[in-house]
Amino acid sequence: MSDASAASSAGDASAATATRGEAMVEVREVHKVFGQGEGATHVLRGVDLTVGRGSVTVVLGPSGSGKSTLLRCINELEDITGGSIRVDGELMGYRLDDKGVLHRLHPKVVAQQRSRIGMVFQRFHLFPHMTALENVMEAPVQVRGMSKAVARRRALELLDRVGLSDRVNRYPAQLSGGQQQRVAIARALAMDPELMLFDEPTSALDPELVGEVLAVMKDLARSGMTMIVVTHEIGFAREVADHVVFIDEGVIVEEGTPAEVIDAPQEVRTRDFLSHVL
Amino acid sequence: MSAPSQDTHDVVPNPIHARPVPRPGRWVSAVVLLVLAAMAVNALITNPRFRWDLVWLYLRDVVVIRGVMWTLVLTFGSMVIAIALAVALAVMRRSDNPVMRSFSWFYIWFFRGTPIYTQLVFWGLLSVLYPRLSLGIPFGPEFFTFTTRDVITAFWAALFGLALNEAAYLAEIVRAGLTSVDTGQTEAAKALGMKDRTILRRVVLPQAMRVIVPPTGNETISMLKTTSLVLAVPFTLDLTYATNAIGNRTFQPIPLLMIAALWYLLITSILMIGQHFLERYYGRGFGTTPSGGGGGPGGRFGRRRRKPSKQDLIRASGTTRQDPFLEVTP
Repeated sequence: MSDASAASSAGDASAATATRGEAMVEVREVHKVFGQGEGATHVLRGVDLTVGRGSVTVVLGPSGSGKSTLLRCINELEDITGGSIRVDGELMGYRLDDKGVLHRLHPKVVAQQRSRIGMVFQRFHLFPHMTALENVMEAPVQVRGMSKAVARRRALELLDRVGLSDRVNRYPAQLSGGQQQRVAIARALAMDPELMLFDEPTSALDPELVGEVLAVMKDLARSGMTMIVVTHEIGFAREVADHVVFIDEGVIVEEGTPAEVIDAPQEVRTRDFLSHVL
Repeated sequence: MSAPSQDTHDVVPNPIHARPVPRPGRWVSAVVLLVLAAMAVNALITNPRFRWDLVWLYLRDVVVIRGVMWTLVLTFGSMVIAIALAVALAVMRRSDNPVMRSFSWFYIWFFRGTPIYTQLVFWGLLSVLYPRLSLGIPFGPEFFTFTTRDVITAFWAALFGLALNEAAYLAEIVRAGLTSVDTGQTEAAKALGMKDRTILRRVVLPQAMRVIVPPTGNETISMLKTTSLVLAVPFTLDLTYATNAIGNRTFQPIPLLMIAALWYLLITSILMIGQHFLERYYGRGFGTTPSGGGGGPGGRFGRRRRKPSKQDLIRASGTTRQDPFLEVTP
């Protein structure tokens, strides 16, 4: 309550810029190597990225460039090999003690950290044995211990927000791809995440279904959610992104505003990629 | 409006009336088999030494019925214990902990690698091998001790002997089931902050049931007949032992063998009916393909049944692999 009044007294515009300046995600010198020895592949080669609170960052890059891996590392679905990732100032996956020694966090604590980050997958990954409503209710009930009645009410609100209030009792197999992805977004939002990660959320959809998912994401961005979106939808990036990052071969080649990166790219590789996508 | 379009589907203007390909081999083989079957039936009915009158008399004997009951208790009791053990073993087999993994591997290796008969004899002899059992720290103090024969009676030895053996087979079935669930399911659950145990219970196991349940039904039918080996313990109340005992006492082994066979057949038939419904529910249908598109009214689910079963929906989502070899235990 005091936070809200302080923010409003400072004036809406300045409050927004103040919170925007604060870093929500800090990726520092992150390396990720899959495998060991001969067959090892160095997917991320020293990635630095800062995502401001309430901002939308779009990550572009050719397939195999490491953009999905970066998202998965932020959510600790993959261990990083080197560097550090902080979300909301908190080191992900590890604890640094007073003597500067790194300790791995207990899986329970890791699960807690994950529960504050929402993730939307390319192939939705809805739970097929649960209805749309049950999918959205599942995590709040099982992870947060929320009562079913409260979880149900919130799930209905969220499904209404993604425009699916008439489909709440359908199973995923009875929904179109676009509808499934919107349920997946609602499912992630049900945990009240402070950060949302989107891993090519529209790549598995038929072209005519892409719009409905992007509309939900735009709405979410407007509400002030911090988002990192891996996508090939240049139009979406131009319209919604505050920050665009172009990754190739495990390093950030170029970053800046959409106007800088998409409309006036400086690097040859960025220009090359955009000429293929646009 | 849709009626005329359907009519054009139903009425073919130029139907084909062709003669079928002659298949004399079919007729010949069918006749040969029918003759052989008739000979077998004739041999069963006309041979007086089968003593069908005695079969009918002892079929409802108290001792026989009690044997059926004990056989059923052993079958279902050991299956329940085995299923619980098997889930634990399968989860251990997938654990990050190498000791857990090795233990599970060793258990399966040992109990599948030795005959069930040998194992049952061993459990029966446990009280000879270890007359006293005690709970304590290895090479250290003992907390309490009891006489083996008082605690592990023939029944418990038989029940656990069957269960421990069956668990090894079921563990592989459960593991195949767990492996068949798309890893994306686990990832999505992890991303929501769910703990491993919650993920297993709420997300993976319910989907793995599609692969686990049908072969488990099969194992139950198999277990029914495996219980006939408990005389190795020796446990002497089950159907096979009871009928053998009467057969030896009355010098009529053949009719009593027939009785045992008839009872096993009857129970198996009932289990097979259950198995049939289980399989239909958990869907062996390899024909259905996963689809990203919507199943609106009149879609794939509209035709056969009004409401698709939950299993149909899981199958249609394509999150469990449609690999028939997953269900085969070596």
